[in-house]
This record gives sequence, structure tokens and C-alpha cells, in this order.
Amino acid sequence: MAGTEEIREQLAEIVNDVAGVAVEDVQLDKSFTEDLDVDSLSMVEIIYACEDKFGVSIPDDDAKNLRTVGDAVAYIERAQA
Amino acid sequence: MRTVVITGLGASTPLGGDLPTTWSAMLAGTSGVSLIEAEWAQELPIRIAAQAAVDPASVMDRVAARKLDRSSQFAMVAALEAWADAGLGLDDESTVDPDRLITSIGTGIGGLHSLLGNWDVQKEKGARRVSPLTIPMLMANAPAANVSLRIQSRAGVHAPVSACASSNEAIALAFDLIRLGRADVALVGGTEAVIHPLPMAAFGQMQALSKRNDEPTKASRPFDVDHDGFVLGEGGACMVIETLEHAQARGARIYGTLAGAGTTADAADMVAPSQRGQVLAMRKALYEAGLSPADIKHVNAHGTSTPTGDPIEAASVAEVLGEAVGGCVVTSTKSMTGHLLGAAGALETIATMKALYHRVVPPTINLDNPEPGLEIDVAANVSRPLPSGDLAAINNSFGFGGHNVSVVVSTENTTGSAA
Repeated sequence: MAGTEEIREQLAEIVNDVAGVAVEDVQLDKSFTEDLDVDSLSMVEIIYACEDKFGVSIPDDDAKNLRTVGDAVAYIERAQA
Repeated sequence: MRTVVITGLGASTPLGGDLPTTWSAMLAGTSGVSLIEAEWAQELPIRIAAQAAVDPASVMDRVAARKLDRSSQFAMVAALEAWADAGLGLDDESTVDPDRLITSIGTGIGGLHSLLGNWDVQKEKGARRVSPLTIPMLMANAPAANVSLRIQSRAGVHAPVSACASSNEAIALAFDLIRLGRADVALVGGTEAVIHPLPMAAFGQMQALSKRNDEPTKASRPFDVDHDGFVLGEGGACMVIETLEHAQARGARIYGTLAGAGTTADAADMVAPSQRGQVLAMRKALYEAGLSPADIKHVNAHGTSTPTGDPIEAASVAEVLGEAVGGCVVTSTKSMTGHLLGAAGALETIATMKALYHRVVPPTINLDNPEPGLEIDVAANVSRPLPSGDLAAINNSFGFGGHNVSVVVSTENTTGSAA
């Protein structure tokens, strides 16, 4: 099981790859859309990439509630537990 | 009627990643055709194509590139080159009123790599792995829309689809809109990126492609007795056109005038060319330009290198020019670039404008034995100078579906050498 920081780092790489956001800007308190300027379709790509990377399933109804990086990391941690 | 001039040019082609490189290679008679090395091509009956000299994604921001189909990438690279060549800036540096600016960029097929690539993913991994960007990447209006977003054209964004006539139609449409007063400036052009196993197989099944796998650089040979089909090419080509008044007010360099455009439909056959439709397109374009056949010193032919198409177009040009045909230098730059389908018209209109501006016609390479009965004078194998004084020229583009679009450009209003 990966720890919070490890998940955040891997998620940061995905966000960087998909949306070009600097890895160091992807911090737990940041909102994907408001702070990191990730558009809605890129957000969908990020969710799918997370499913592949972390081996978890993130249904669309849950995905729309993942507002911040911290929300996503916590969701992935719970899903992996 | 408002006069429309050409002030910016750009292209990413099999001969070069930009227009200056492409133009130099054209004048030198360089072939852009080669064997496809990729594994997917090895089992195909036809394995040659005119692949882009520079991967457009390699000269773009990585994140921007991954949101664009290859067809949009070519359009973006060519559009930004043309925009800069016209002396125009982006974002805060732009001096063009967005509400008076349109984008008109055609493509023959659209985002084929995105369409088929995602279908492959869906078949292999299921619907949940299909990219959410698939639709905005594959749609045929995506290249025009992406460029419009980048240059902020708010007076309209247009994407004519008429097979191999698409980008000449895009030019003709924007030309009309400017003359109607709907805009002052337009970014026009075309793009195509379909070097993929399916079109290679499908065009091959139509017997439309050259089978010369063993001699790729000899494969595209318009008007030669041994022509056996076209060579599929890829790339993008764009121009900035604007009213003469707008260009002069900002002190722009002017290549020449977009003098006329003529559009016809054969309404005869889905794929066979028609001399009647071609002749009428050229005559309409000349009439609009207020020019006579004797004014036409150069024709950049559609000239795809097919045994069906080349002789009909040669006869059409001879019929339109009549006794003036002897004073007109014809060429087909497809002998070097291959056939860029939806980008062909724009690339060749640009080549036509460059020929007048620099007063030199690029050669038709591989023209070793002209097919019998040709009544036109083709610049065989070496470039040909054009005379001093006022010049005008025609670029032809004809597409499956019976589309014929002829564009006339001239040296009128040029700020270059009037020699």
C-alpha cells in the first residue's frame, strides 16, 4: 500500500503529464479546477489514468466529488485499503 | 468590391517543417517521398508515402500537442508561421480586431488517427479507456477551431470538407466573406494527416496510389507517360489574407492579390474527373479576377500523377488558355510533396503565390517522357523563370465528389520586386 505522500507524488506526475501543471504545484490543498486550471475533459483523463496507475476503480459519481488533490489522494488511499 | 491581398504564408510539409525550407526544396526539385519504415506498413501492398519532414508535435508545447490530433497539429504549426510571417502578434500583442477576423481551414478526412486510435483502444481495453478528448480531436472542424481559439477569431470559424479541394474551398469561402464585408482579415488553409494503414489500403484498393515501392522518389510523376497513381502526403498549409486597405494601414508586406476564385460541381461521377467542371471553374475564377487567358503566365496544376486525372486536367488548361497556352508555365508540385489531400489546395496556392513573388516556377520532377498529346508546357525537372511585369496564375484543386476550385493570384499590389 502506498502512503499519502507517495500517492500525491504519483498523482502529481499524472497531472503534469495530462495538463502540464508543475509537479510541485500539485499539493493536497489545491483545487484541480480553480487552483491548477485543469479543464473538465483533462480531469476525466486524470481520473482514468489514476485508475490504471493505482489499480482502483473510481466511478463517475465519485469522481465528480474529487475537488482537491487531497480529496483524490484520500479516495485512492481508501480504495487501496 | 474590396480587394483582398495575401500577407502571410506558412507550411509544414514532406519537404520541410516550415515554408522557407519547403520552398527551397521545391526549387531544388527534391522528392519528399520515401518508404514507410514503421512496422504497420510492412504487410501493405503499398508502402510509400510523403511523410512530414518534421513531426509537428516536436515543435509544439507537449501538453498542447497531446490535446490535438495530428491534423490539428499541422494546422496549428502552419497557421502560427503564417500569422508571424504576416507580422501579426498573439494574445496581448495582437493588433487584429477579433470581431473582424475569421478562420477558414479545411481538411479532407479529419482526425483519423484519433478516431481509429481510440477505436483500437476500445476494442482492446473497453469503453472506460477511450479518451474523453476523442470527439473534439477527431471532428473535421477541429483544426479550424483550434486555430481560431489560438488567434482569437470571433467573426467566424469555418471548415469546408470537399476532399482534395477542401483548402482551396476554404480560401474561396474566406475570400467571399471578406469581400462581403463580414471580416477584414482571415487565416485560411488546409491540413491532412492520414498516413495510416486504413487509408493506405483503401486508396490502394481504388487503384489510386502509385505502386512504385522500389523507387519511392520516382513514384509521383505527374504528366509522365509512366505515372501510375498518386502518393499519399501529409502536412498543413496556411495563409493570412486581408483587405488591401487593412494591409496598407498597418504597413504589411504584400505578396500579391487574391484575385479570383471559381467553384463548380461536376454532378457527374463520384470520383472520375470532368473536363467540363474543371474548365468552368478556371473560367469563373478568371472572370472574377477580371483577367483574360493571356494574363495567366503560370498554372500550378492539381496534377496528382494518375493516368486518369493528368490528361483531363491538361486538356482543361489548354481549353481555357486557348492560344495563350504557349506562354504559360505549368507545374505540379505534387511531384515532390505527394498529395496532401485537404492541404493540397492551400499548399499549392502558396507555391503559386511564391512563384509569382520570386518569379520562378518550381519544377515537375520525374517528367522524363511527357505523355503523348499534352498541349501544355510543363516545367519538366528544372525550375523555370517567369518574366518581369504584371503576372497572374491559377491554382487548381479537384476533389472526389466532383468538387472543382480554381484560385487566381496576381502580382498586383505586391510590395516585393516589381521587376
